[in-house]
Amino acid sequence: MSPIEQHPDEAPDLTEEAHEQGHAADEHHHEESFIRKWIFSVDHKVIGIQYGITGLLFLLFGFTLMVIMRWQLAHPGAPVPFIGGLLGQANAPGGIVLPEFYNQLGAMHGTIMVFLGVVPLAVGAFGNYVVPLQIGAPDMAFPRLNMMSYWVYFIGGVVMLTSFFVPGGAANSGWTSYPPLSTVVATQGQTWWLIGMVCLITSSLLGSVNFITTIFQLRAKGMTWMRLPVFVWTQLVTAFLLLLAFPPLEAAGIFQLMDRVAGTSFFSPAGLVVDGRIIEIAGGGTALLWQHLFWFLAHPEVYVLVLPAMGIVAEVIANNTRKPLWGYRSIVFSAVFIGFMSFVVWAHHMFLTGMGTVMNAFFQTTTMIISIPSVIILTALLMSLWGASIRFNTPMLFALAFLPMFGIGGLTGLPLGLSPADIHLHDTYYVIGHFHYVVAPGTIFALFAGIYYWFPKVTGRRLNETLGKIHFFFSLIFINGVFGPMFLQGLAGVSRRLWDGGTTYSHAQGVLHWNAFMSYSAFLLFAAQLPFIFNFFWSIFKGVRVGANPWQATTLEWVATTSPPLGHGNFATVPVVYHGPYEYSVPGRGDDFLPQNVAAQEG
Amino acid sequence: MEIPYTVEARPDTGLYNGKLGIWLFLASEVMLFGALFSTYVLLRTGDPNWVTEPMSVPLATLNTMILITSSVTVVLSWASLRLRDFAKFRLYFALTFLLAAGFMVVKAIEYSTEFSHGLYPWTNNYMAVYFTLTGLHGLHVLGGMVVIAYLIGPGAKMWKSEPARFTNRIETTGLYWHFVDLVWIFLFPSLYLL
Repeated sequence: MSPIEQHPDEAPDLTEEAHEQGHAADEHHHEESFIRKWIFSVDHKVIGIQYGITGLLFLLFGFTLMVIMRWQLAHPGAPVPFIGGLLGQANAPGGIVLPEFYNQLGAMHGTIMVFLGVVPLAVGAFGNYVVPLQIGAPDMAFPRLNMMSYWVYFIGGVVMLTSFFVPGGAANSGWTSYPPLSTVVATQGQTWWLIGMVCLITSSLLGSVNFITTIFQLRAKGMTWMRLPVFVWTQLVTAFLLLLAFPPLEAAGIFQLMDRVAGTSFFSPAGLVVDGRIIEIAGGGTALLWQHLFWFLAHPEVYVLVLPAMGIVAEVIANNTRKPLWGYRSIVFSAVFIGFMSFVVWAHHMFLTGMGTVMNAFFQTTTMIISIPSVIILTALLMSLWGASIRFNTPMLFALAFLPMFGIGGLTGLPLGLSPADIHLHDTYYVIGHFHYVVAPGTIFALFAGIYYWFPKVTGRRLNETLGKIHFFFSLIFINGVFGPMFLQGLAGVSRRLWDGGTTYSHAQGVLHWNAFMSYSAFLLFAAQLPFIFNFFWSIFKGVRVGANPWQATTLEWVATTSPPLGHGNFATVPVVYHGPYEYSVPGRGDDFLPQNVAAQEG
Repeated sequence: MEIPYTVEARPDTGLYNGKLGIWLFLASEVMLFGALFSTYVLLRTGDPNWVTEPMSVPLATLNTMILITSSVTVVLSWASLRLRDFAKFRLYFALTFLLAAGFMVVKAIEYSTEFSHGLYPWTNNYMAVYFTLTGLHGLHVLGGMVVIAYLIGPGAKMWKSEPARFTNRIETTGLYWHFVDLVWIFLFPSLYLL
């Protein structure tokens, strides 16, 4: 037994007073205008909040697009109630969604959710706010680059939104934008989509350079690699994925832009016939090239969506089981291994393009291999629950729900990764069900866990627990109502992009009744977010005030500074780190957590 | 609290922040141009009816010489700063800028010649690749010129206040400039000679 001495002197000054003093000192040095402080801020915390708010608004907007689509699927040809009149005569005459508009909604729902909602929240918001605090850094390594990254993202978002109002409406070739559909057939909105994407890619590149440099260079004294919280590790791997996988899509975007604007034919073969006439282009290009370049990004992108979520869940589970994570090293090495493998699995999205059995066999093998580290991480998180006296607060409920939900998403992916099974399932509702289980009740639930967990850090107040639990339980029920039946429809062969939900297809008749069920689940899921929205704003002003470390956590963002943290520089004194991130329930200590910056000395 | 390692290197990585940042940025640039070159290779080898147009090899050789010389001058400007010789730095850095501008002028002459011969991006895929790749490379040269102009103009004030940090900025600019040069070294044979 090693008796551990408590060092009250070394515990940081966490009183409200210190916080006030910090602010007073700050304001004394340089008075910042409102614009400098909240709009063009270089403080990683403010930029994190900006990303968070913007990302949440885009999530809500993307969800709204989906609600309109689900209405159309439940009642094909019936006018959309309440908001039908707002959709525009060109899109929805009399409130009835036209097929062309349905396609726009589908393409933009995917684009907005992935590139403007989830990634900015997971990386831009949580990464920006939490990573420097967790590693004991005063800010990101390049604060001005950080600001630029947000504003380029913002411009990208504005471009995407504007595209709804150009002639012909927004992009309508799916979020994958496969040519020649996107080059020859598509409307002007596709050009806007490409410009928006170039902005978003540029923003991601700037951000990822910043994250990697910050994590390599600005770790506090004693914060060795194996003492990093899992969340920081997942952000590091994510940043590498963004850094190296996005440029090929940027190249592809530029090529497609050239095809659309300068009349080149990178992605168009000669003699292409559209609407019964031969398109007059030089030809010689190949449509498959786009798919390769697109999925070279878009598969690592899946891990960009999932890894930070796993990181958040790891933090919340360690904190609420009150014991160290089971298999910290396994989790870290698995995350790094996922990072490497994610670059060699992309063509499993292309089994049906006729690229050949050799290619199929290769990508099917790598796909099976990459499932192993994901399972290791999930298993480690599950094992961490064993024998714990779990605190069932709202963040923990969301984190716990992540495990089976992501599990369903992952397991249903295996048949898609095997090329023979994929022949049947490709482009059906089964695929939609699969990746939504990964991203919606998976990643988005983890993001909710993160919001409930770090809200006190940002505001100094806690979100209301009762409303949080209402939000959680109803979300969990209805989200399964939305995505569960999709597996049944997909197995029956219902194609994923049908405007009428399969009404005119005889093979879909047996599973057609699920459409209304899924749609009403989606509407109720929307309603289930209302307590959260109310709770969010109410708690900013009226939530219960908490101290610096309301969850009795061990990591630096809670134990080395106040809540909310000090303005510039984050910490009153530079923290020094003595041990790993999850020293909970250390034997022989009075309280059940040992902060990273408190030395445990032999007595 | 100040952000550490903006000037001096962190002992365990051996790099200051800016240097790691620019290397990471260049890594992503390698992926960008990697995708661009791969596309070129794929289209060229995959199309049985591929045509190449005759390009002006003398002009491209001149441009290669110009860029290689500019890589030398950018190193000399950094070396001058290390020797604390600001006047010489300014001379070499200005020379780098002029060489970059010279490159762009030659490029403009090439483009206008091609247009006058009726060669446009939509003519065939060779021209499409040519204009897209050299165009993007040209944008990189232009970006470099903006940075050089800033560092020789208003940005040079930093030499008075933080000379070490200013020297670092010249070094990272130089690293970027070498990359731009290197891309051209690949573009020249693959577009003009093959």
